[in-house]
Amino acid sequence: MEYILIIISAVFVNNIVLSQFLGVCPFLGVSNKVSTAAGMSGAVTFVMAVATLVTYILQYYVLVPLGIEFMQTVTFIVVIASLVQMVEIIMKKISPSLYQALGIFLPLITTNCAVLGVAILVVSKEFTFGGEPAMLNMAQSVVFAIANAIGFGLAMILFAGLREQLDLANVPKAFKGMPIALITAGILALSFMGFAGLV
Amino acid sequence: MSKFNLLTRGIIKENPTFVLLLGMCPTLGTTTSAINGLGMGVATMFVLILSNMAIASISGIIPGKVRIPAFIVVIAAFVTVLQFVMQAYTPGLYETLGIFIPLIVVNCIVLGRAEAFASKNSVSDSAMDGVGIGLGFTLSLTVLGAVREVLGSASLFGFKFMDGDGMLAFVLAPGAFIALGYLLVLFNKLKARIS
Repeated sequence: MEYILIIISAVFVNNIVLSQFLGVCPFLGVSNKVSTAAGMSGAVTFVMAVATLVTYILQYYVLVPLGIEFMQTVTFIVVIASLVQMVEIIMKKISPSLYQALGIFLPLITTNCAVLGVAILVVSKEFTFGGEPAMLNMAQSVVFAIANAIGFGLAMILFAGLREQLDLANVPKAFKGMPIALITAGILALSFMGFAGLV
Repeated sequence: MSKFNLLTRGIIKENPTFVLLLGMCPTLGTTTSAINGLGMGVATMFVLILSNMAIASISGIIPGKVRIPAFIVVIAAFVTVLQFVMQAYTPGLYETLGIFIPLIVVNCIVLGRAEAFASKNSVSDSAMDGVGIGLGFTLSLTVLGAVREVLGSASLFGFKFMDGDGMLAFVLAPGAFIALGYLLVLFNKLKARIS
């Protein structure tokens, strides 16, 4: 049950892009076409799940026992950067077709704040999913990461679909490009507010 | 380019928020009020100046292939310093800004200036560049925060000028996107008028 709550909460109610403002850069940057948006979301899902698992293990089995939690930021970003590099190498070897599809997005993921953001969130914040506020355990953390990545993908693909239509629309000159995209994103965020209170 | 030019170009010509559209996550996420925007801007400026100076002084000895990871580690170190400083002197603001403080590590502005400017220029020029871009970022965040605070909670820098609550949506997520969108329109209009 709590896993379902985690998924609904992360995908709809507290959507990572539209209500928590993590990963806005790729959300605005690579959402011109639905196909690229889908590719980016695929790569993010994979990296986010693995990165959260690895940083969770590091936090509770290395940083906390040694009493050096202040090294969190440095450790996590190094883990994510090397992980992205590793994923790129492995993917190239094992599945060249997948690498072809996702490869160009991988270097961008290192600086995607959604990945670092989720990794820090699961080890620093208490969540209430049908019970007392508590820190997430390992399985819940991974589910939380995957759910957030799905939320990211949902927002990306919806927004890319809107922007494809927007290209054809006749907008005033000062609104062209980013301003109208931001206002559209605002309306999308407004509609996601309708999910508030669901969980 | 003179030192003065370095300082001013970050504010209008190369404004990181309104012209380059970098660092959108903290821009949208922390500007619920003018004070929060100002705090986030100053925090980012702190990291930006220090990391620019450090990278300018060590860029000669970093091998080209590993420069990006090296830059990220330098930036992460200064972010950790900032976390200590803020926990000690401004615990309230540290709580409010929350996750966006550690996320300065992945702010594209900081890494972008390290790669595009600090790694190729002298320490003093890089420091000036950090101050200029940092000021531009701080100003934009304060303006966006002020607009959202006026519309959303009918106050400015914490002083209420009107009874009532204002339009709550502007404090919440959708307002951030919409307010920034309209500010960009205004900025584009003004820029077209000037040139």
